[in-house]
Amino acid sequence: MKDFFTKKKKYATVPSAKARQDVPEGIVRKCPKCKKIMYVKELKKHLFVCQSCGYHYPIGAYERAEMLFDADSYVEFDKNMVSLNPLQFPNYMHKLESDRKKTKLNEAVWTGKGRIEDCECAVAIMDKGFRMGSMGSVVGEKITRLIEYAGKQGIPVIIFSASGGARMQEGVLSLMQMAKTSAALKAFSENGGLYISIMTHPTTGGVSASFASLGDYNLAEPGALIGFAGRRIIEQTIGAELPPDFQTAEFLLKHGQLDQVVPRAELRTVLGRILSIHTEGSAEAWDRN
Amino acid sequence: MGPELEFEKPIHELQGKIAELKQFMDEKGIDLSDELNHLQERLANLEKETYGSMTPWERVGVARKLNRPTTLDYIPLLFTDFLECHGDRLYGDDSAIVGGIAKFHGCPVTVIGEQRGRDTKENIMRNFGSPHPEGYRKALRLMKQADKFHRPIITFIDTKGAFPGQAAEERGQSEAIARNLYEMSWLSVPVICVVIGEGASGGALAIGVGNQILMLENSWYSVISPEGAAALLWKDAGQAEKAAETMKITGSDLKKLGIIDKLVPEVLGGAHNDPKKQAELIDQALAGSMDQLDQLSPCQVREQRLAKYRQIGDYDTAQKNQTDLSIFSYSSSSDKQ
Repeated sequence: MKDFFTKKKKYATVPSAKARQDVPEGIVRKCPKCKKIMYVKELKKHLFVCQSCGYHYPIGAYERAEMLFDADSYVEFDKNMVSLNPLQFPNYMHKLESDRKKTKLNEAVWTGKGRIEDCECAVAIMDKGFRMGSMGSVVGEKITRLIEYAGKQGIPVIIFSASGGARMQEGVLSLMQMAKTSAALKAFSENGGLYISIMTHPTTGGVSASFASLGDYNLAEPGALIGFAGRRIIEQTIGAELPPDFQTAEFLLKHGQLDQVVPRAELRTVLGRILSIHTEGSAEAWDRN
Repeated sequence: MGPELEFEKPIHELQGKIAELKQFMDEKGIDLSDELNHLQERLANLEKETYGSMTPWERVGVARKLNRPTTLDYIPLLFTDFLECHGDRLYGDDSAIVGGIAKFHGCPVTVIGEQRGRDTKENIMRNFGSPHPEGYRKALRLMKQADKFHRPIITFIDTKGAFPGQAAEERGQSEAIARNLYEMSWLSVPVICVVIGEGASGGALAIGVGNQILMLENSWYSVISPEGAAALLWKDAGQAEKAAETMKITGSDLKKLGIIDKLVPEVLGGAHNDPKKQAELIDQALAGSMDQLDQLSPCQVREQRLAKYRQIGDYDTAQKNQTDLSIFSYSSSSDKQ
């Protein structure tokens, strides 16, 4: 009898796939930093920021769009653009398909336009849930098109980065998207365009080494991991342990790489201020005195 | 010279046999020239066969040979009046990137290249050809100077990647690379980039936004090294050989993908076998590119470069956007959903 019970214990803990689906998704979530458990409803009200320690939960592109724009003011661009498989990389299409189901996105970036504090903006929002937010041909093309659209319309560009870097499965084509997006930003900038970059967790590799670092204003969310090379690779290379705050938004601010670290709850206000300083009326205000 | 490459072993064995035979003939005074001719013929065939059908991984091996010519080996063979210019005027001088002014066929140019060491001591001094932000900022300073004085720019790419270190991150490695991509795209002088060895990731691209990209036959260029790709994709750096195939990293692959403009042939067995002859082959390709780009006005030079990068990418949508050569008339096929 004793044996019977211990044996059973081994198998009783993992619910079946079906059972897992039956549990309503996420009623509560535990903060990975301070371990405080909060109702998702409550979390959502606070823009997915832990009210106990200030931890900023990573959020998906659609959630971000919902909390960023003025109510019902935004539309999505290029929703149906999808990756082909230029290198015929084994299993790549399959992985894309499963991430599509997971995120409801066709690719790792959402692009569109909408109003923020009553100012029309072209906005890209990366989603780390899709292939770790990596940049391949589609991400590069959607962002480039967005910048070109903004240039034509004379509206600001805002990009929320959340990416592990360039996408391995598209090889050199992914690498070249760094040049493509940066070139588009340069042309946009030469034409007087305003670009605000907002780095969220994580912004690394080929994305931090291209459009994410090129803002007229570079902002970041608290605690976001931002850097070029991975922490483990650096530790292996230099053979030493790195400081705990290495490559955090606060670390970058200290080293002169950011204008501000902006908590999620203050972001709309900060964006509103930047946008109002850049609206056409403001530039001529002094003349009227 | 570094370790012997596996695929070249039969060639080196045969070369050894031929040398032995020659020595034997000299010492004993016996004429075995029939035998010798036969062996030499066999060697020639073997070399042709071996080097004519190299796998991507074998090319990576050749690209990494310690005695493969570097930027500073090619500069005196391709240019005259080279004057090296140091420093980024902001922080320091990074010897993993060299740059300066020179003349190419009598024409003033700016030359910039990634520089690895040719032995261990020099490699330590040059940080194994992995630049810090100050290296990229030096390169940008020299490129802006070239733009001011209307000099074409020639860059040589040869790096295992931008240096992954604490100081590099603190000084903004990402920003330095991004800034170069941004500014290079807008230069109004011709930029020709030559991949001479390894071209890994953003560290290579940071001096690689050009009007024409040339690549030596035994060089490679990709988003990451084969080892890095294998480690990330399959959690096993040992599968680098497979990654070298799958990632499509060789010059001929990149030519097929439309990323590079010219594949520069190498001397049999690799550039290290005859750097002078190799420099002649590069010279020919470079002179051709210079002639082509010389036909363009400064504005056209910029537009050609912007258009070149604008059309890179493989995606599916109702409307693959048509390449638009004029800079300010943006195509906005994106807002009609």
